[in-house]
Amino acid sequence: MRIHCPYCGERGVEEYSYRGDATVRRPDANGPDALERFVEYLHLRDNPAGSHQEFWQHLHGCRAWLVVQRDVRTHAIESVIAASRRVAR
Amino acid sequence: MRYSIISVLSQGLRGQKGWTRAWRDAEPRPQYDVVIVGGGGHGLATAYYLAKEHGISNIAVLEKSYIGSGNVGRNTTIIRSNYLHPANARFYEWSLKLWEGLEQDLNYNVMVSQRGVLNLFHSDGQRDAFARRGNAMRLNDIDAGLLDEAEVRRLLPYLDFDNARFPIRGGLLQPRGGTVRHDAVAWGYARGADRRGVDIIQNCEVTGIRIERGRVAGVETNRGFIRAGKVALCCAGNSSQVATMAGLRLPIESHVMQAFVTESVKPLVDMVVTFGAGHFYISQSNRGGLVFGGDIDGYNSYAQRGNLPTVEAVMESAMALMPGLGRLRVLRQWGGLMDMSMDGSPIIGLTPVEGIYLNAGWCYGGFKATPASGWCFAWTIARNQPHELNAPFRLDRFASGHVIDEKGAGAQPNLH
Repeated sequence: MRIHCPYCGERGVEEYSYRGDATVRRPDANGPDALERFVEYLHLRDNPAGSHQEFWQHLHGCRAWLVVQRDVRTHAIESVIAASRRVAR
Repeated sequence: MRYSIISVLSQGLRGQKGWTRAWRDAEPRPQYDVVIVGGGGHGLATAYYLAKEHGISNIAVLEKSYIGSGNVGRNTTIIRSNYLHPANARFYEWSLKLWEGLEQDLNYNVMVSQRGVLNLFHSDGQRDAFARRGNAMRLNDIDAGLLDEAEVRRLLPYLDFDNARFPIRGGLLQPRGGTVRHDAVAWGYARGADRRGVDIIQNCEVTGIRIERGRVAGVETNRGFIRAGKVALCCAGNSSQVATMAGLRLPIESHVMQAFVTESVKPLVDMVVTFGAGHFYISQSNRGGLVFGGDIDGYNSYAQRGNLPTVEAVMESAMALMPGLGRLRVLRQWGGLMDMSMDGSPIIGLTPVEGIYLNAGWCYGGFKATPASGWCFAWTIARNQPHELNAPFRLDRFASGHVIDEKGAGAQPNLH
């Protein structure tokens, strides 16, 4: 598996560190249902068998955090963007 | 047919022509008391103990492929109960006790070989940590012994004791640990369940779970709807996918783990040895191949195959531990899907949907748990409440904060 870093170009997966599902969002700590939301945020995952949006950090390169869209059935990488460029939902 | 010395001798005289198949290839019936989704080791063991211990035999085990195609045939066959946490220690020790009597119980040779599991340590700090684990095991009535370097040298003279970075200082030995022929476990439980009336249905994939008025009604399959009083999910690797059909979202990620086997050599490694400076474990199969593995690859995957950097890391650990391995060729390498839970411990218990029971989250420790997992899950299904042994492994522990994190890694599945 090779990931195309937007800053460094295509590099082997051994240069990167996996940082998990990128679709979960930290909930509002002051919300009325904060406890329940935090349990979901910390523990529950969709874990799809298909296209998966995930964080990778180019740890042994430029150290940038990336958002990678990857098919977890084939390991084929669909897209890579810098996490800082992702538009906040 | 009951297997015995008499059956072996009489078949020998008759040219081995009279052996009958070990279990029926059943067709699905329209309705069952219990439908078990997943015909792996845990599903088959659950069916067996439901029939044997609880007198429920109107059971179907649905397997989307063939028996033995999943993780029960992909693991490295190790059994042990060398755990620190009391909940894990009690559960895995019960599993080891069941392994010890399993062949007589099943009337099937699953080749339980208690050859010992030796965890090597490489520094003073690690010796202290292993001594603590050994003491905890002995407090839980589990066998454990701390070996010094000289004792390990006597047992395994070919290890690299004077490795510059990872010198071997000794090891924590569990003599009752060992290996079991993995696919024979699936076959033995399948045969045992079948003899008690359980229908084992292969090539039957569950495509949906029907819920009526908040209670499970049955499962949709590629061979039609099957009505069920209770539905038990036993599909580690794909648990999230199946649980989604019942509207459940699990604290699980699916990851890939690789294993390797070398060409056959004469008896060399007569126990299970684990490297303490990396994640690496090795044993020798009865056929002579050295079977070994390391860490999971570390990213979500349903591919049943991994990547080369992990292969390299495993081989490096192998060479650091046992340099002679470099002379052997690796014959096969494969991957299996791991249900990596958020605290590194399994889930066996009730779910928020009435009539649906969950057995999942085995990380890469599911094989050794097979008998206790089936035994506890059968209890939970039959009585609609968990047994004392699996009560700590409840699904709602993540919400209540009672996580069982043996490694202390936190809610990061790829670190367990």
